[in-house]
Amino acid sequence: METKNIIIVGVGGQGSLLASKILGHLLLNEGFDVKVSEVHGMSQRGGSVITYVRFGDKVYSPVVDKGQADFIVSFEILETARWLSYLKDGGQIVTNTQQIDPMPVITGAAEYPSNLVEKIRARGIKIDAMDCLTLARQAGSQKAVNIVLLGRLSHYFDISETSWQNSLKANVPAKFLELNQKAFELGKNFS
Amino acid sequence: MKQLMLGNKALARGLWEAGVKFVSSYPGTPSTEITEEAVKFDDIYCEWAPNEKVAMESAFGASLAGRRAFCGQKHVGLNVAADPLFTMSYTGVNAGLVVVVADDAGMHSSQNEQDSRHYAIAAKVPMLEPSDSAEALNFAKLAYEISETYDTPVIIKMCTRVAHSQSVVETGERVEVAKAYEKNIAKYVMMPGNAKKRHPIVEERTRKLIEFAETTPINRVEFFTDEIGIITSSTCYQYVKEVFGESASVLKLGMINPLPVELIKNFAARVKKLYVVEELDPIIETHVKTLGLAVEGAELLPRIDEFSQNLIAEKFGKKISAGVQLEDAIPARPPVMCAGCPHRGLFYSLKKRKCIVLGDIGCYTLGAVPPLSTIELTLCMGASIGATHGFNKMLGAASESKTVAVIGDSTFMHSGMTGLANVAYNQSNSTVIILDNSITGMTGHQQNPSTGLNIKGDPAGKIDLESLCRAMGINRVRVVDPYNLAECDAALKEELAAPEPSVIISRRPCALLKTVKHKPPLYVDKDKCIGCKSCMKIGCPAISMKDGKAVVDQTQCVGCGVCSQLCPKKAFSCKL
Repeated sequence: METKNIIIVGVGGQGSLLASKILGHLLLNEGFDVKVSEVHGMSQRGGSVITYVRFGDKVYSPVVDKGQADFIVSFEILETARWLSYLKDGGQIVTNTQQIDPMPVITGAAEYPSNLVEKIRARGIKIDAMDCLTLARQAGSQKAVNIVLLGRLSHYFDISETSWQNSLKANVPAKFLELNQKAFELGKNFS
Repeated sequence: MKQLMLGNKALARGLWEAGVKFVSSYPGTPSTEITEEAVKFDDIYCEWAPNEKVAMESAFGASLAGRRAFCGQKHVGLNVAADPLFTMSYTGVNAGLVVVVADDAGMHSSQNEQDSRHYAIAAKVPMLEPSDSAEALNFAKLAYEISETYDTPVIIKMCTRVAHSQSVVETGERVEVAKAYEKNIAKYVMMPGNAKKRHPIVEERTRKLIEFAETTPINRVEFFTDEIGIITSSTCYQYVKEVFGESASVLKLGMINPLPVELIKNFAARVKKLYVVEELDPIIETHVKTLGLAVEGAELLPRIDEFSQNLIAEKFGKKISAGVQLEDAIPARPPVMCAGCPHRGLFYSLKKRKCIVLGDIGCYTLGAVPPLSTIELTLCMGASIGATHGFNKMLGAASESKTVAVIGDSTFMHSGMTGLANVAYNQSNSTVIILDNSITGMTGHQQNPSTGLNIKGDPAGKIDLESLCRAMGINRVRVVDPYNLAECDAALKEELAAPEPSVIISRRPCALLKTVKHKPPLYVDKDKCIGCKSCMKIGCPAISMKDGKAVVDQTQCVGCGVCSQLCPKKAFSCKL
């Protein structure tokens, strides 16, 4: 199989490391060669962050480049727009519609662009957008945005529910499993 | 069993399998997780040292005692530890000694983009360069074999993309190694007479290591075609394979110092065009040229930033997709001090007093970005104090009344103490602010000698900062709470005016620490808010303006209350 590429983007501290960990675990168990690349350190402090997940028969580079992502999984809609150029022609976006103002917007030096989902859709790009924060709160914690997104992403994969559940179980603490399972279902079944 | 493992974790696993007994490091992105993972093995004694030099000397001591030892650091950390490294090359080791240096091409979390391969050449020690997690694990084990066979410390060079990428590894079992310590003055006491006898041994060792480099399987040829041959290593190997597949032959170098001679000549002879693909400085390329070989496209690749598959493809004339973009300007999202960060209040006070702030290495470097824009210098670990001393010595009273050094607790223990010794000894009337957030913050919460806890979080020796500064000869030492703006302002006013050196310890634990109990988030009373934006001056990511009124993001606010001290209408409150 040709290598498939996913990028996970968001704001430092939103929980993208856990999302990539679960995806990596899942894809390895499905028999793929997998590489996951993260950036630690300064960008964790509220900056724009990107994580790469690649899988296939044999994966070389650990990073995804512009025009290569089969999927963009995004925690924040401005970040979806920022990393849009990474999407492959015909690729799919799964995004949270939450807006988090970056510092230049807070200080008034820049404006947060409006109607981003509509603008992206108008380009003929497949974008699945939802308010993950509300769904995560419904599940019991606003921190579960990452799992809501994964639930939604599972729609686009030919991988069994059992496999997803196993990877969820293996990577979240037992006391939060039920909450995360609920978040996963809410994301998956959102319409 | 096959597992997906972070490069740094795989390297730590390799240390354990190699029978390593001792690990001493100072944290630094992208090297930190090696030591954080090593500490999870009960067979290994692990510690955070005050700085990289001490870590390396401690690891050397453990090797001398006959136990396999390790120390890890980021690229700039090796600058600090370079002194022991260069002479350890002469003494050699007893049990194996391996050093990791993790470079940060692309400067994801660093102040420069130096290429640490120069150190291996300059110190005349072998250097291995893994290209993924499996190699990180296996090269760690091989490094100990090389170290003991050739009586030398060995450097493993990581980079951000190998250190912080997960790929598949297969794990093995641990071996146990113990050697006896024997007194050997001629080998270990590097006074001139002895060192002169050791230097020829070092040169002979390099000759033998070149022979090793000719045949070791970690330097391997993947021959597919005689049209193009590419010599490469590390993460660049992955990009080359991604782009060329089987349309180019590759000489993949796992050992980057010393480089082989015959292996390269033979490879060059088999291909019509020879290229070198390496990030940053032309180390391999220069070597290939000294062998009298023609390297095609020497000017093809940039000497700055990290590479990627698109960059390689583009430079070799292949078509790449640029992807789509919206027409809207996308505002940048630079990293910011977290909501509730204890540094914020202190920086606001410094800005208000129009201080000249010479900074240091840590999260508080973010005091240089808008709207605080307060820090005017960031150079290297500990430089804030030395630079303030020199600055004040030259500009005298005019600068002494408004210039401060700001340095974190961990950075102060690392190399700020010696700067303060200079202030106390040579008496510049300098004001030093220790931003004591009781942790090493930037690298992800590591303990340090002033926190009272060790790497496992267990009670440890605790250096009391106030007593230390007083013992060093600073008479004026005071502690402030950075959440209290009035207190910060008063301390700054008095200490800057004082006719002698002073230290202000701004003490409040990092807001991200799990042990910190937060207050409930604040709300803005819309009827009271007049939209004056006074609260926006502190650059808190939890506060924004909506329809002319301040709004607090409830998911981010930790109730620190700094904003409410700036509000002229007392519009912030804790609604219960």
